[in-house]
Amino acid sequence: MSLLDMIGPVMIGPSSSHTAGACRIGLAARQLLGHTPEKAQIGLHASFAKTGKGHGTHLALIAGILGFEPHDPRLPQAFQEAEKAGLHFEFQDVDLGNVHPNTAQITLQGGQASIEVMASSTGGGIIEVIEVDGFRVSFDGFSPTLLLKYQDAYGMISRVTGLIAIDEVNIASLTCTREKRGGTAMMCIVLDSALSDYAIRKIAHIPEISWIRMLPGFRRL
Amino acid sequence: MTLDDILKAPSPASEWVLCTDCEENGLQPEDVKQVMRDRIREMRDSIERGLRTDAKSITGMVGWNAKGLWDAPDLLNAPLLKRVQAYAMAVNEENARMGRIVAAPTAGSAGTIPGALIGVADHLGLDDEKLVMPLVLAAGIGKAISRQMYISGSAGGCQAEIGSSAAMAAAAVTELLGGTSKACVHAAALALMNTIGLVCDPVGGYVEVPCVSRNAFFAVHAVSSAQLALAQLESFIPPDEVITAMAQVGRMMPLQLKETAEGGLAQTPFAQGFLKDLEKSPK
Repeated sequence: MSLLDMIGPVMIGPSSSHTAGACRIGLAARQLLGHTPEKAQIGLHASFAKTGKGHGTHLALIAGILGFEPHDPRLPQAFQEAEKAGLHFEFQDVDLGNVHPNTAQITLQGGQASIEVMASSTGGGIIEVIEVDGFRVSFDGFSPTLLLKYQDAYGMISRVTGLIAIDEVNIASLTCTREKRGGTAMMCIVLDSALSDYAIRKIAHIPEISWIRMLPGFRRL
Repeated sequence: MTLDDILKAPSPASEWVLCTDCEENGLQPEDVKQVMRDRIREMRDSIERGLRTDAKSITGMVGWNAKGLWDAPDLLNAPLLKRVQAYAMAVNEENARMGRIVAAPTAGSAGTIPGALIGVADHLGLDDEKLVMPLVLAAGIGKAISRQMYISGSAGGCQAEIGSSAAMAAAAVTELLGGTSKACVHAAALALMNTIGLVCDPVGGYVEVPCVSRNAFFAVHAVSSAQLALAQLESFIPPDEVITAMAQVGRMMPLQLKETAEGGLAQTPFAQGFLKDLEKSPK
């Protein structure tokens, strides 16, 4: 949380949690996929489902998935922009259980890849990504964030963080979750600054790692 | 960052807020000030656009209020009041038209800070550079509130949203007018005390009614709080405890009164009838 979150973002209205936050949720999902998807399935929970329409939540989520930021003047025309970009989308109301009332579950597909993301908009345009491909995570998307999917094995945290240390980047937080011992696991590392391409390549070469994403961090306009 | 920390900081409070936050987030004070300068310009742009047009919002519930007030004669001979209200509504009507605004701290409460701060500055003929540090302080107050309380109406009721913006604006105006750290924090606490229990009941869930006029009222509320605090009046309850009380009320509030459009003004027969007609009308 910085002072710039309290006065800001500069955004297209009408609601920071339902519009700017929703846009950033879409943007985070897109960054996790890595490119523009061809298909998006979006589940809206509680308040997002109930009052989303009047707030442009649907438009904002699609805008984010297209890579627009919350202040982008194309946000109100996001559906037309999606058609131009060849993005098919559908919305449905879902019950995601005991999560924040402004939570969306997004499945993106395209280019032989897919990703499933659950994130909450917690107010003032701030979000929290809480699940990626079924693994619990926690990051707000503002700081550069490294996500890894890998085969659980001893020394994994040490190998990854060793390479981050050599790159002279500081770790703000690190969480690991795994489906079972020795099973698939996810590491979510929030960093003080982005890693160099060299470091990302070195980490990607660790044999147990099957998927890697370096999210750049949202711009604070 | 608590209100008590800010209260005990040497005056002007904004200097301490800026240094502390930059240390915490690894930012340069000059960079933060530059962003704040840009945001003041964005706020001003949204005020100007909002005062010029009477174009309707998404639903047609608002859109002409700011211009209507701005163009109307000042029968009370209270130019500050009229300016502060018109500025605040101009921003929120832009917001309701899906226009570009600065969330402060949220979009639903975006008019309160520019209404109060830029309104007072224009009334007194002060230039925008004088608003930079007061805006930093406003952000610090918001940060202190959000440590213990939500800043969104859906989580804490309108008290959390417009209450926070009014408290932030009250402190900013107090510093703009030369108030001490103590006066700034008491201005914020006085503004907060008088928003406790305020429900979030937007008609149809749209950020239009009562949000637009509520920003006008609470921009004035913020200026009043600054006025009291500058005259050495204090919040009887310690400022941080006011936030605690507000958070407690927010938790006790039923969901129907927290932005679900299931209570309050949103459930009046007139509002329900309006929404029914809106559904029928072609887009």
